[in-house]
Amino acid sequence: MKILVCIKQVPDMESKFKLNGEGNWYDGTDLAWRMNEYDEYAVEQAVQLKDQLGDADLTVLSIGPERVKEMMKKALAMGCDRGAHIADDDFFKKDPFEIASVVAEFAKDKGFDLIFTGMQSQDRGSGQVGVLVAEMLGLPSITTIVDFAFDNGQITAKRELEGGMKAIVKTRTPALMTCQLGLNTPRYPTLPNIMKAKKKELLSIPVSELLKVEAKQETAKMYFPEKKGGGLVLEGSVGDLVDQLIKILKDKTAVLA
Amino acid sequence: MKTLLVAEYRDGKVLNSTYELVAFAEKLGADSAMFLVGSDSTLPAYTGTLYLADVGKYSEFNPAVHKQLLLDVIAREQPDMVVFAHSSYGWDLAPRISLALNAAHISEVVDIVDGVPIVPVCNAKLRRAVKAKTAQMVLSLQGGAFGLENEPSGSPTVIPIDTDTAAQVEFCGYEEAEAGGVDLSKAGVIVSAGRGIGKPENLAMVEALAKALKGEYGASRPVVDSNWADHGRQVGTTGQTVSPKLYVACGISGAIQHLAGMKKSEFIVAINTDKDAPIGEVADVLVVTDLKEFVPALTEKLKNL
Ligand SMILES: Cc1cc2nc3c(=O)[nH]c(=O)nc-3n(C[C@H](O)[C@H](O)[C@H](O)COP(=O)(O)OP(=O)(O)OC[C@H]3O[C@@H](n4cnc5c(N)ncnc54)[C@H](O)[C@@H]3O)c2cc1C
Ligand SMILES: Nc1ncnc2c1ncn2[C@@H]1O[C@H](COP(=O)(O)O)[C@@H](O)[C@H]1O
Repeated sequence: MKILVCIKQVPDMESKFKLNGEGNWYDGTDLAWRMNEYDEYAVEQAVQLKDQLGDADLTVLSIGPERVKEMMKKALAMGCDRGAHIADDDFFKKDPFEIASVVAEFAKDKGFDLIFTGMQSQDRGSGQVGVLVAEMLGLPSITTIVDFAFDNGQITAKRELEGGMKAIVKTRTPALMTCQLGLNTPRYPTLPNIMKAKKKELLSIPVSELLKVEAKQETAKMYFPEKKGGGLVLEGSVGDLVDQLIKILKDKTAVLA
Repeated sequence: MKTLLVAEYRDGKVLNSTYELVAFAEKLGADSAMFLVGSDSTLPAYTGTLYLADVGKYSEFNPAVHKQLLLDVIAREQPDMVVFAHSSYGWDLAPRISLALNAAHISEVVDIVDGVPIVPVCNAKLRRAVKAKTAQMVLSLQGGAFGLENEPSGSPTVIPIDTDTAAQVEFCGYEEAEAGGVDLSKAGVIVSAGRGIGKPENLAMVEALAKALKGEYGASRPVVDSNWADHGRQVGTTGQTVSPKLYVACGISGAIQHLAGMKKSEFIVAINTDKDAPIGEVADVLVVTDLKEFVPALTEKLKNL
């Protein structure tokens, strides 16, 4: 069984963001980077499947600058076997169609039985790349899965719908799954596994070797949303804040009456 | 400008998100036609042409088949825009359509400014204006972004459609949401815990504050996903929708999917260490502080009132 997992590196969402010089993305300096939350579930599911089968070959792929290798090492330490780093300093300018095309170009003649992606990236959040890769490769795909079972080529997944309802969907390999939060409990890499990961293959491939299409959309500009007035921001010592809030609750709501 | 609206149908009903698509087309002043895999016994309240495929034959979830049905209609209608809700149905089908059409797909659209779609970035801390480079485009709209001005009305002119495409996946039915013990929609006060509580033990302080305010406690999704709280407590698109007199968000960043479940609350207080957290956009009061110190102190004071 050959499995591919696609992971993206994203900034910590609690970061203080600034715009870049061109005003079309956020500035990448001084940010803390981590693995896209949705992709952690994708890695974990792939590793769990490998554990279940006893024998599988797991490739983890990421498109991005040199720094994404740090995150890829985490995926290797979680249990992936090899890494394919698609080196691209300008990846943030690429649209979902280009990113998906690069992944599909990489995957097309490698015979992956299963591909896992996140359902969306936390920064761009287009929620498109996974489905596009599947369509480009002519594979069935199941999106937003919160449950995954595999038995002898048969996949039974639960898709999460609005309001917490789930749809039970079956398909067969080869196929692609996009992973939703809560699918599993992503493991923390252990120290011995971090050491082992250092010896695993992590190849870099220039993106130019795989990119054969042009973007269908572009960012005209990026900006901060206007703060809608009215909201009060309170800062200060805890004691003062407590008193201020209680006064506001008394004045503005009936809950303390 | 001509739009094709992709209506949504689930569990025997046309979903309300369908009418947000109608509102969007109206806002744009665009002509529209509608596509639905549904039933002629439950037609949407819509004036215009409805291309209708029989859900009994094609099932409520069947991507490859719905895709072909929709592509056939697009070929007939030649719309400038194909519009979906950015929902479990829309984000599944829209990319398939955009690829087949060779058209740009702009997802999670929250606004249109000067004809250009606007989408959120980084948990809605930033916005992006996105230009399509293709003449035709596919859009998926963030729920609630294009509200209904009027009660939906009208009855469509139905054109039945068919295909003989083969399915790629098999839809085996629904599983209902776990029945939670609490109906948060009835609570007058809700105090919710987010990932900012840091560890499961700290849920107790949120619970204590809820109790001091004579309310219920709720939770954001990561708190539920980590099994720190039951799914029955989750607020948001995949949890409950609430509108209490007072909603207190403790350590919740304010992701769109959480806001969708609580932004109609009468009064919203957010407690967050990050002054720029998007929850600030809906909060009447944002208290910038560490909840681990503030919440117990507030609870103590309330008890002694
Ligand atoms: C299809 C879909 C459906 C979803 N449905 C839901 C849903 O129904 N409900 C839901 O909630 N989410 C839902 N989500 C997830 C949503 O996108 C967010 O990931 C989630 O709401 C984030 O939860 P959070 O705010 O608790 O965590 P985070 O985004 O991690 O935010 C934690 C916050 O706590 C603050 N903080 C940290 N430490 C402290 C401290 N000591 N004191 C005070 N503040 C602190 C931080 O500044 C931050 O703002 C859904 C996502 C998808 C894709
Ligand atoms: N630069 C990237 N490198 C590898 N995988 C990616 C990249 N961008 C997106 N993906 C994958 O596609 C999923 C959806 O991303 P998006 O369409 O950007 O919301 C992510 O969860 C990843 O699994």
